[in-house]
Amino acid sequence: MPKLQSVEELEALRTACRERRDPQRPCLTLCAGSGCTASGAHDVLRALRRAVERQGLQEAVEVKSTGCHGFCAKGPVMIVWPEGIFYNRVTPPDAADIVASISNGRRPVERLLYRDPVTGERVLREDEVPFYRRQRRILFANNGRIDPKQIEDYLRVGGYTALRRVLAALTPEQVVEGVKRSGLRGRGGAGFPTGVKWEVIRQQKATPKYIICNADEGDPGAFMDRSLLEGNPHSVLEGMMIGAYALGVGKGFIYVRAEYPLAVQHLRVAIAQAEEYGLLGDNILGSGLSFRVRLVQGAGAFVCGEETALIASVEGRVGEPQPRPPFPAEKGLWGKPTVINNVKTWASVPVIVNRGADWYTSIGTERSKGTMVFSLVGKINNTGLVEVPMGITLREMIYGIGGGIPNGNQLKAVQIGGPSGGCIPASLIDLPTDYEELTQAGSMMGSGGMVVMDETTCMVDVARYFMEFLEEESCGKCFPCRKGTQRLRQILTRISQGQGSEDDLQLLDDMSWMMRETSLCGLGQTAANPVLTTLRYFRDEYLAHVREKRCPAKVCRELITYSIEPTLCDGCHACVRVCTTDAILGEKKEAHTIDTGKCIKCGACLEVCQPQAVLVS
Amino acid sequence: MSETLNLDEFLRDWPERAENLIPVLQEIQAQFHYLPEPVLREAAQRLDVPLTEVFHVATFYNCFSLEPVGRHLVQICLGTACHVRGAPRVLDRLLRELNLGAPGTTRDYEFTVRTVRCVGCCGLAPVVRVNNTTHPHLTQTKVRSLLKKYGPEEKAPAAG
Amino acid sequence: MPRLNINGIELEVEPGTTVLEAARFLGIPIPTLCHDDGLTPYGACRLCLVEAGPPPRSKLQSACTLVVDDRLVVKTHSARVERARQLLLELYVATCPQSKTIQDLASRYGLRRVRLEPEFEDCIQCGKCVRMCREQMMAGAIGFAYRGPRRKVMSPFRPQSDLCRQCGACLYICPVVELDPAMCFLDPGVACELAGPLRQDLVCPSEKPKQSPK
Repeated sequence: MPKLQSVEELEALRTACRERRDPQRPCLTLCAGSGCTASGAHDVLRALRRAVERQGLQEAVEVKSTGCHGFCAKGPVMIVWPEGIFYNRVTPPDAADIVASISNGRRPVERLLYRDPVTGERVLREDEVPFYRRQRRILFANNGRIDPKQIEDYLRVGGYTALRRVLAALTPEQVVEGVKRSGLRGRGGAGFPTGVKWEVIRQQKATPKYIICNADEGDPGAFMDRSLLEGNPHSVLEGMMIGAYALGVGKGFIYVRAEYPLAVQHLRVAIAQAEEYGLLGDNILGSGLSFRVRLVQGAGAFVCGEETALIASVEGRVGEPQPRPPFPAEKGLWGKPTVINNVKTWASVPVIVNRGADWYTSIGTERSKGTMVFSLVGKINNTGLVEVPMGITLREMIYGIGGGIPNGNQLKAVQIGGPSGGCIPASLIDLPTDYEELTQAGSMMGSGGMVVMDETTCMVDVARYFMEFLEEESCGKCFPCRKGTQRLRQILTRISQGQGSEDDLQLLDDMSWMMRETSLCGLGQTAANPVLTTLRYFRDEYLAHVREKRCPAKVCRELITYSIEPTLCDGCHACVRVCTTDAILGEKKEAHTIDTGKCIKCGACLEVCQPQAVLVS
Repeated sequence: MSETLNLDEFLRDWPERAENLIPVLQEIQAQFHYLPEPVLREAAQRLDVPLTEVFHVATFYNCFSLEPVGRHLVQICLGTACHVRGAPRVLDRLLRELNLGAPGTTRDYEFTVRTVRCVGCCGLAPVVRVNNTTHPHLTQTKVRSLLKKYGPEEKAPAAG
Repeated sequence: MPRLNINGIELEVEPGTTVLEAARFLGIPIPTLCHDDGLTPYGACRLCLVEAGPPPRSKLQSACTLVVDDRLVVKTHSARVERARQLLLELYVATCPQSKTIQDLASRYGLRRVRLEPEFEDCIQCGKCVRMCREQMMAGAIGFAYRGPRRKVMSPFRPQSDLCRQCGACLYICPVVELDPAMCFLDPGVACELAGPLRQDLVCPSEKPKQSPK
């Protein structure tokens, strides 16, 4: 494949790709993102291919694996094009029926259609599924349509049009101006105005300048970047290319965390294909722009999501952050001006170029423009990835899109922004999700992780969990973070064990304040947010732990007891079989009892008890 | 597993510069499942990085191990979504089944248990990854049967 | 020449001057633990924090690493700085009550109570020994290893490094341990452990000094 030498050749190729594929030709796209893969998508893929062969439809029907569609709770998911029929929970035995339905006048396979839990009705198309209907998918629009390992697919859906536009018709200054006007803010967490950051880089005199894509996505509970990189890697590359043009950069890096092997793989393929076509390398499309991208793998450190630690890691050193100022935009990689942006930020750039800054500002709120991608997980029916306009309320997210809390439980809190964010209580459910609103409530937009919690979650335990995480992941260089996270974790553990006092609460407050003010980097500065927000909104739960030595959510092990209700127990012996400490006594067919001396409260018996005779108090 | 290996093989793809320390260590780790001391010493020399720096990098990042790991690497995700859906109890169960007090390697070097923070499959919490396979929706009661799948009676996967 | 406003005093400084250097020049006291004029600034102890920048967006930043930018406004003794220092020192004393240096700092800044359990760590990880060994003694025998709670100073793989010339500079520069340099032939870890029980002065009287947990 000879390299494309001009924008005209690019458009000619695009036309050729489009002509090569008949849009009416049936295409089965199956989600093969990490989530659906874990649910067996590859077996389904094989079964589909076999079924197509067996029914002699190889020429007529295309089978394609795509990136993440976002609806992980119902995976494996697939779409039948061109109708857009949406099937969920597909298993290998379903393959024959699905393929058969293509030739049978395209009548859909009823049992695989999504069933609305409220109306009980089956829904036909993806855009009719409530989970999707209320989303506004801009960044994820193409995840369900393209094979991420085929650059032709990306071209077919209009990929690299923004690059063409920029190279052919815009000056670097105009690009930066456009990004500024769009109001795009960094999607990595801090929400810094991207255009402003770009302008600072433009003003720097030192060379060479660098571009970095931060794909570390360390927040536990967040997997948006992963899905975008797996499902549409070219969209990120295109953004970086546009950035390279606007800022005079010749070399870019994508820093992907080690825990995302599929994303790494798809990026490698995408970069190789872009190079093959001449979209990366020297004199791109004859414009004079030279830009190369290198993939760098993380080695397992949450702190490397922090800009200066990430830079240190790329330089081959330990991920210990540096004090800022100086900011990476002035002195970054190897002391040179470096622009670091998150995956979603880069992917937003081509969209803004294609549809215009003004269009972008029409979405979202006054100060938070565009869409945000959230990973909606935890105690929620419809777990998955959700792309919505900024400003949508939590109520809409959780009930409108998320389908509410399973088992009829009550919403208690939503944790937003990962370990640097905070817990928003159910009482604030009408809070719009916008940068300023969330910060005012004590939380943080962060990278978009949204973990839903119900009454079976103990907020003291949640605070302790986050502090444990941050203690482990702290780089350890500065004293307040290294020691602060340790001490806070110790105090929270004591409280969860019923050994805390009210003085401890004041201590938590003081130490949290200190960490926020004195830590060297963002990790330490925001480490206390989970503690501060849970103290603010769930103080009564802390008080129950310290005054009454009671855990209202029945989670903290030292404060609960397991027992068996004799009137409900049918003596089936299932619990005895799973108990590893031999704490359950009883003959078959007779009511069992738990020896609390031996019981370690692991909850295994609770899991298996059919008559629900196991009680926790 | 020879520890007096020739680093040339690993340095073939990487110019001998300090900035390539981490990718080089990653390749060594992938091949041997740990970082032997003589290899680290040679890497320090060849890449012109002080040994203290190399040692710090080798001990700083979660992916690197100075100790050999077991035949099966069991990584349990302790991310927020998994935590809220009961991952700590699954971890407890895992450790008890393997007679481990804390995440580590079993005496017979069959299993190494490690905690990870988020493999990005939060919709399927709790998640456990064994070698390269991701197992979704783990519960305590499924742990025993999961481990049996990888027991020594099974045909051993290709070494390394 | 960049102009600095420190506590209301206007000062013109050479480019590259840090706030700490400027403060010292004016005789304004700023406490430090990890700083030494002969070593590169590290910024880890956080004691030298000053309030920098225009309110309400001012931030606490380490004076030893903060290079004076033109028109920089800095306060070294604002209420915010003082409170931060108090809480930091409380944590320092709780971590290392046996250190005379830390005790002196605590009493100089009026620390009255320590609400945290004492820990008796031998090392506050200020990194002076590491930088001393590498930058002044040109040996590079010791360095940091591990991360977070497990982070510590050590020589790679085993206690004795063949790069160590037993010069004793690490013990000399350490702000926590005060030892006779003649003890330098011992492994660094052992020397610090010996120093622990020798320190008797305590701010929090609740606990007797005990062997530090390893």
